[in-house]
Amino acid sequence: MTSSGQALVEVTGIEKRFGTTRALHDVSLSIKAGQCLGLVGRNGAGKSTLVSILSGLVEPDAGTVAFGGEPAPRVGDTARWHEWIATVFQHSMIVPDLSVAENVFLGSTPGLISWRAMRNRTSAIMGDWGFDIAAGTLCRDLSVEQLQIVEIARALARGAKCVLLDEPTATLERDAGRRLFDRVRQLTAGGVAVLYISHHLEEVFEICQDVAVLRDGEMVLTAPTAGLSRDDLVVAMVGASHAPAAPRSVASAVGHPASGQEAPGATAPGAGQGDDAAGQGVVLSVENLTADSTRGRLSGVSLQVRAGEIVGVTGLLSAGVATIGRVVAGAAESSGGEVRVRGKRVPSGQRDVAQRAGVGYIPEDRHNEGFVSHLGVAENVTMTITKRLADRFGLLSPARRVTAAAPLTRRLALVSSGPGQPVGELSGGNQQKVTVARTLAHDPSLIVAITPTRGVDVASKELLLGSLAGVARDTGAGVLLCSDELSDLDICDRVVVLVRGEVFTEFTEPPFDRDALIVATEGIAQEAAE
Amino acid sequence: MISNSPTVADGGAGAAPPAASGIGSWFTRSNVGLLREVALLPVLILLIVVGTVASPVFLTLSNFAGIGQQSAALGVVVVGESLILMIGGMDLSLEGTYGLAPMVAAWLIVPIAAYGEGTDLSPYLGIVVLIAVGAAIGLINGLLIVKGRLNGFIVTLGMTIVLAGLQNGIVKAQTLFNLPPAFGYLGAASIGQLPVSLIVAVIIFVLVGLFLRYQRTGRAIYAVGGNPAAARAAGIKIDRVKIGVYVAGSVLAAIGGLMEAGRVSAVTGQQGYGEGIIFNVFAAAVIGGVSLKGGRGNMIGAASGVILLGIVQNILTLTNVSNYWIEAIDGAVILFALFLARIVGGESTAETS
Repeated sequence: MTSSGQALVEVTGIEKRFGTTRALHDVSLSIKAGQCLGLVGRNGAGKSTLVSILSGLVEPDAGTVAFGGEPAPRVGDTARWHEWIATVFQHSMIVPDLSVAENVFLGSTPGLISWRAMRNRTSAIMGDWGFDIAAGTLCRDLSVEQLQIVEIARALARGAKCVLLDEPTATLERDAGRRLFDRVRQLTAGGVAVLYISHHLEEVFEICQDVAVLRDGEMVLTAPTAGLSRDDLVVAMVGASHAPAAPRSVASAVGHPASGQEAPGATAPGAGQGDDAAGQGVVLSVENLTADSTRGRLSGVSLQVRAGEIVGVTGLLSAGVATIGRVVAGAAESSGGEVRVRGKRVPSGQRDVAQRAGVGYIPEDRHNEGFVSHLGVAENVTMTITKRLADRFGLLSPARRVTAAAPLTRRLALVSSGPGQPVGELSGGNQQKVTVARTLAHDPSLIVAITPTRGVDVASKELLLGSLAGVARDTGAGVLLCSDELSDLDICDRVVVLVRGEVFTEFTEPPFDRDALIVATEGIAQEAAE
Repeated sequence: MISNSPTVADGGAGAAPPAASGIGSWFTRSNVGLLREVALLPVLILLIVVGTVASPVFLTLSNFAGIGQQSAALGVVVVGESLILMIGGMDLSLEGTYGLAPMVAAWLIVPIAAYGEGTDLSPYLGIVVLIAVGAAIGLINGLLIVKGRLNGFIVTLGMTIVLAGLQNGIVKAQTLFNLPPAFGYLGAASIGQLPVSLIVAVIIFVLVGLFLRYQRTGRAIYAVGGNPAAARAAGIKIDRVKIGVYVAGSVLAAIGGLMEAGRVSAVTGQQGYGEGIIFNVFAAAVIGGVSLKGGRGNMIGAASGVILLGIVQNILTLTNVSNYWIEAIDGAVILFALFLARIVGGESTAETS
């Protein structure tokens, strides 16, 4: 399959610099018709730059891009560019108030629009590829998965022979992700080339015949996936010296809080001192919590988190996993039940009150809630503690913020050109570190983290999880880790599985069996649980 | 940003190990910031040259004192509007407050014979009333916009009409003269050659500038305007910050109105809305680099915007441009300045950047 015919897209010797940073150096890549090529690399490895170049948005400083043996159209000539390659970006490029057909033909409509022709052609494309979405539907009524299909249909409508998928599963539930794989296979079977960009190595192994690895702007590996192991890929992404150490550091970080927690947890009920003693160790107690939310409702959830304990909450996206995190953090309102932090009741929907009660919050969507992009690193990191840093007139000097932020950024190995660098300029993983640092800054007694490693590269992921585990161990803070990424749950002492807004089951003994967790999230009872 | 090499990763946090490069880039960055802040300087210099050539009177202390006095009132309103723009809001009704607040105060101060209300309030209490009127209008706007979740544009547009109507209604469209000296002091008096209004305006610019840079609430304004969701997630009381800024903005507009009333020794029904000052207020702020999208801007920029407009007006007056044409030229110059500010400052005023 890989040798069939000439390369559809051929990139040779690409160089790209932004100011003093070298984004890409001598990068070459070729994709053939019907091939699915995986592209992986840590955040900041140059993937986004390569995507921009392949999408015809950015011109390389040197090197060539060729389509079917011909030089690519000039940068900016999007119409001609899209005849060859079209990108489905990580962030949706759909106009919600327009219909499916209008979105499919967005930007490529003729001067006079024949609505019927546009709808018919949309239906034809949907039909050809077995997608089941009506052309007249308003896009605001579609699910995330369906919106992605519309974007793929848009690429196909323009006759693109190569489709570039940038982190396509980042916003999808597991089932939808699986259906996406079927669609990718369908595309490649139909002779379309697919460039598949992902942080999830399992996905690459599942659907890509070949994989290319970027590290520090260079293409360090291009090989068929069949001959590679997961570790080979990690080594290629991270560099030989890093790879073995990183996973183990997390493993040891997990070991300590788990064993350290066992002792008080076991003595409290054994000593039989009643509610007071048991209550002291409890940092979070959620009673019969209900909430309405478009992201999954809660219908009566109760759970507890003890000091130093990491409790995972998982389930499908619609099961209320993010909602419980948001409600506990005061970022969303509940409609019933109560949240107590260290025994004190916290009113719902008041983030500032929750923070003063000691609840740290690592939000789900860092772009939206995690940082102020044009403000500097130090200012963002200390945003939660201005009161502590300021004098009695509320005055605080930028220098104080820099000093206060330094230990946190060092601890999280945050890479920036300086404390004043706007966070918007940082790579995704470093932006997430800013969000985490901002949370750790105010010494929370409970940390609510919602999908804290989404869109973060492997090494940063382990560092972030390791730091959460470290904080739980060192400061005795409880952690409520709400995530549908099963690998996040490795650091948890317990995992609560939500199904349709209710506690379905609880796993109490790490390490957790991956398959059992998946089965539980689907709401299928198992004898092993409880 | 892209260089994720292990060596950088180890020390890149803050001004740690690779201190030279860290501090170096820190300085370059603040230089860039400084450059942006004085981005209008070449334009101002050019205008001063043009003015000097156009009129012999231009480059005199008394003329500059005049520009200062005329711009002071506008400047104080621009400070208020800039704060509101920085939290991502907008307030068209500042021109209404600018007219109504001094009108209410004057109406309570002057005798019935001079179309007053008859309370014969002391001028000092009158100033307290003026500030209270400003604060009340700002509070209503803030509550409607923040708590009532209404659109700021339409709320403040409606408020503008209401305020202008009240301004004419309470005095039956009369102009109030015979303001007591204490009431007019701020706008009319001078210390030596320096108008008091200019001194006060400069003090306000400096204090607000320092507040925005060194005070937690001041910094919170940037966070709230830059990304309200992130500010909220960081525990900032964004509603309180926003309402507070609407109140502060209106109080500043009321003080600007007091300066104007003192300068012309009267409060007319035209002051504010009738003169249409709000376009100049927005123009000065935006020319000065305050972003209409919120989160960006500073007082040095806002002040240069005000000075620029003041000088343009002054040159147009000195060169005896026909009154019929002065507005058209003024508007065209402002549009040109916006374009220039976009080029020099690099800050887009477009909806998306």
